[in-house]
Amino acid sequence: MGEYLIKNGFVFDPVQGINGDKSDVALKDGKIVETTALSSGATVIDASGMTVMAGGVDIHSHVAGAKVDVGRLLRPEDKLFKSPKKTGKVSRVEMGYSVPTTFKTGYDYTRMGYSFVMEAAMPPLEAPHTHEEMRDTPIIDMAAMPVYGNNWFMLEYLKNGEIENNAAYSAWLMTATKGFAIKVVNPGGTEAWGWGLNCTTIHDPVPYFDITPAEIIKGLIETNEYLRLPHSIHLHPNNLGNPGNYETTLETLRLAEGYSPKSDFGREQVLHNTHLQFHSYGGDSWGNFESKAKEVMDYVNQQKNLTIDLGCVTLDETTTMTADGPFEHHLNGLNHLKWANTDVELETAAGVVPYVYGKNVKVCDIQWAIGLEIALFAKDMMRTFLTTDHPNAGPFFRYPRIIKWLMSKQSRDELLHSFKWADRVIAATNLESIDREMTFNEIAQMTRAGPAKALGIAHMYGSLKPGMNGNVAVYNINPEHMPADPDEIEKAFLRAAYVFKDGVMVSRDGEILATPPKLALWVNAKVPENAQVRRDIYEKFRKYYSVNLENYPVRDELAPNQRVIELDITA
Amino acid sequence: MAKVITGVGCPYCGASCDDIEVTVSDDGTKVLEVKNACAIGNQVFHHASTPGRITSPRLRQPDGTYKEISYEEAIDRAARILVNAKKPLIYGFGSTNCEGMSAAGRVAEKAGAVLDNCASICHGSSFLAIFDNGYPSCTLGEVKNRADVIVYWASNPAHAHPRHMSRYSIFPRGFFTGKGHMGRKIICIDPRVTDTARVADIHLQVQQGHDYELFNAFRTVLHGGDIPDMVAGIPKEKILEAAGIMKKARFGTVFYGMGLCHSDGRNHNVDIAISMTRDLNEFTKWTIMAMRGHYNIAGPGVVWSWQFGFPYCIDMTKRDLVHMNPGETSSVDLAMRDEVDAFVNIGTDAGAHFPIPAVQHLKKHPWITIDPNICMASEISDLHIPVAVVGVETGGVVYRMDNVPIQFKKVVEPAGGILTDEELFDKIYERMCELDQEA
Repeated sequence: MGEYLIKNGFVFDPVQGINGDKSDVALKDGKIVETTALSSGATVIDASGMTVMAGGVDIHSHVAGAKVDVGRLLRPEDKLFKSPKKTGKVSRVEMGYSVPTTFKTGYDYTRMGYSFVMEAAMPPLEAPHTHEEMRDTPIIDMAAMPVYGNNWFMLEYLKNGEIENNAAYSAWLMTATKGFAIKVVNPGGTEAWGWGLNCTTIHDPVPYFDITPAEIIKGLIETNEYLRLPHSIHLHPNNLGNPGNYETTLETLRLAEGYSPKSDFGREQVLHNTHLQFHSYGGDSWGNFESKAKEVMDYVNQQKNLTIDLGCVTLDETTTMTADGPFEHHLNGLNHLKWANTDVELETAAGVVPYVYGKNVKVCDIQWAIGLEIALFAKDMMRTFLTTDHPNAGPFFRYPRIIKWLMSKQSRDELLHSFKWADRVIAATNLESIDREMTFNEIAQMTRAGPAKALGIAHMYGSLKPGMNGNVAVYNINPEHMPADPDEIEKAFLRAAYVFKDGVMVSRDGEILATPPKLALWVNAKVPENAQVRRDIYEKFRKYYSVNLENYPVRDELAPNQRVIELDITA
Repeated sequence: MAKVITGVGCPYCGASCDDIEVTVSDDGTKVLEVKNACAIGNQVFHHASTPGRITSPRLRQPDGTYKEISYEEAIDRAARILVNAKKPLIYGFGSTNCEGMSAAGRVAEKAGAVLDNCASICHGSSFLAIFDNGYPSCTLGEVKNRADVIVYWASNPAHAHPRHMSRYSIFPRGFFTGKGHMGRKIICIDPRVTDTARVADIHLQVQQGHDYELFNAFRTVLHGGDIPDMVAGIPKEKILEAAGIMKKARFGTVFYGMGLCHSDGRNHNVDIAISMTRDLNEFTKWTIMAMRGHYNIAGPGVVWSWQFGFPYCIDMTKRDLVHMNPGETSSVDLAMRDEVDAFVNIGTDAGAHFPIPAVQHLKKHPWITIDPNICMASEISDLHIPVAVVGVETGGVVYRMDNVPIQFKKVVEPAGGILTDEELFDKIYERMCELDQEA
């Protein structure tokens, strides 16, 4: 493995408090090292006039697994005239647009300077599928969050207030699926979808199980803190996508009051609310639909134990996919395009519907504005992360475009005023009156340092401190001479000049140069022996699952390069 | 002491049962006894230990006989055929694991081949309907735990998926279905009085080839419209009765089979079946599922969707871009037009399944068969490379008909040290790279 000295770049590393200083970054043996540790043979990269950051960390993206693949299969048109031709020697063909193939996903994230991506929802029963796809996604390190919020074991344990049992089960499931964190999607509502129903408030009882979403969320926070997991619960709340849902969102967020994090991995939150854009809607119909980003962010700003990601709408044609089965059915009732659904026994569900966010559709434009407003109203960018809930609000390769909008008022105003219904959009949102323009340091917080901290992986990712994984992105943009044309910002972040992954130069100006082995991260939490839970697992598999318990846990060969995060709460 | 292995996956039909118990000999080379499997699944396990298995590659000689050759030579020949061909076709995959499919995908991309699977002549029409209309479905455990109405439309699991009814749909007692079949209504729609029809509460003996009309009648009735006194050979009151049961279900599933995919209408039959399922979701909860034939024929659709974006008929002859256009890039159509100049038959039997003119065209060019067994394809090919039987001699991931991944086990060592599909394709790939370098 080579040694590299990245010289004279403008370095942004919020973790070390380096804010655009001209300095050098050194790479050796796959890690970031002190410049003095390099031998004289190190390759020198001249980064003068360029921006240097740690490799990007995506906290929430649907890139691998059953429903992602349904999205690919369902939409041949997502490939037609939209796939680039294969270039370079080491790469595979790159097909797809809103739901790219695993190869294209790995390459495009790499080209943007990302080195870690969290798969946002893994149905436990289909975990082997998720791991097969992660194995086939080149270069970027990954982990996946098993979906818990509608799991029958969990519903029964929490109904009875059995946090310890729920924790023992959760730890078992985490290990069995090689999962990373507790993902919660429309708690209770997706189980109700088993009967074609939903829970649209946090007080709707779940059919048969007779527990409310509020009880599930609190129970899972307690479970998560009992287990001291690296990440907090990762919540997609009830009532996604409906006008007026910001009240549900605020009520949901208030459930976290009084809880404090218990983890040795450095996170400060107990609840991560994902794709907040979809949950910050006012009005009571599509006619008077409006932004409530300010109201929601005023609350988030005060609460140190919350983190959020944006879920920015990018005004593209895309493919929506979520474990929120009832929502996809509802969405399908709005656009009448094709609809795929997969209910997963005892655990969850998933729906997939193509969606066109039209530039001249008022509601879509308001959604676009809300996503940006959430970032621009945020006070603490270490708790606010850039996502598009890929591919739901837009494809991940639009992150650079969102960075452009966040960094340049000019660029977002131009777009805003070009809308057919610009006046109505402006009236229903706050965006026009916001002057804030993000700094490079804030972008580094939102795309690197912040998500790494919230995920509990800040000891490996998100910073350029010596000892960190050797993941570095060098962008061809000069913070001291910002381009007059904001599009240059997008261009620079879309195709980094140089990208290093574990000390290997993997991409240069968008060309993939190498595909070194990538890691699958997962959490192995050791809990006290629990005979009751062991028996419950045995019984449920014997009676209700359609697969054999022996064949359920993900086998090691599906995750050839594992980085297991060991936890022992018995100690 | 013989060893009992539990939780074994069965490499036969799309039900992919994984509760098989296999007793193997001391030395781990022979299958002695198989429990829980159906009669056919049972045979698949025993077949692997049958004397006379082919254990080394065979090359066709000028006199028409086969001569045994080494794997090394077979791999070299296969690699050369693929490198030299302008438009090779790699087809099959009904009976292998996802590891093999993935490795074959890499070879096909390198060779600039057309990559296709048995869905092309089977549930391919389902894919066409899914592309147009979606696929509201569920896993089989959902059916077991929730379904109180089951529709078998144009499918006959009693023969094709022998344990489907007992494991997933009609008979099992699930969480919300504690009464088992006593609590379920079974509707069978089939022009024949099949063994499945015999266990149904209602059998609608649709006129052959008129399924589309019957679906249309169901949709009309569901939306409150009126229908003629007789549709597709079924009296109006029978349709009203069945539609009423379906509308009142708490959870229903339509399992459909080849009768829709391969009778007049084909993808349109499946399309309207999906539309009916969507309609039913306006009233209650309904799902639909294709009765996929082989234990891992869902696999290539899954694996190649994540690798290439398409489930079948994958044309990589442009090399830097992939396209799919069934009819143009589907195996039988390519063969009928004699567009293919090399053929790899893997994990299926194109010799038995393809139309004779298609086989005649393919036979003009090099034909490689990769299969553990002697079959019609192996008997007419130029090169036969035997491989390990998946689910018996090697494990791996397979996708059940509901796209649930099942991790299959190996129960005995591969006979005579033969390679797995994955190993074989990886070696062919490496050899192709070497040939590239030499050139």
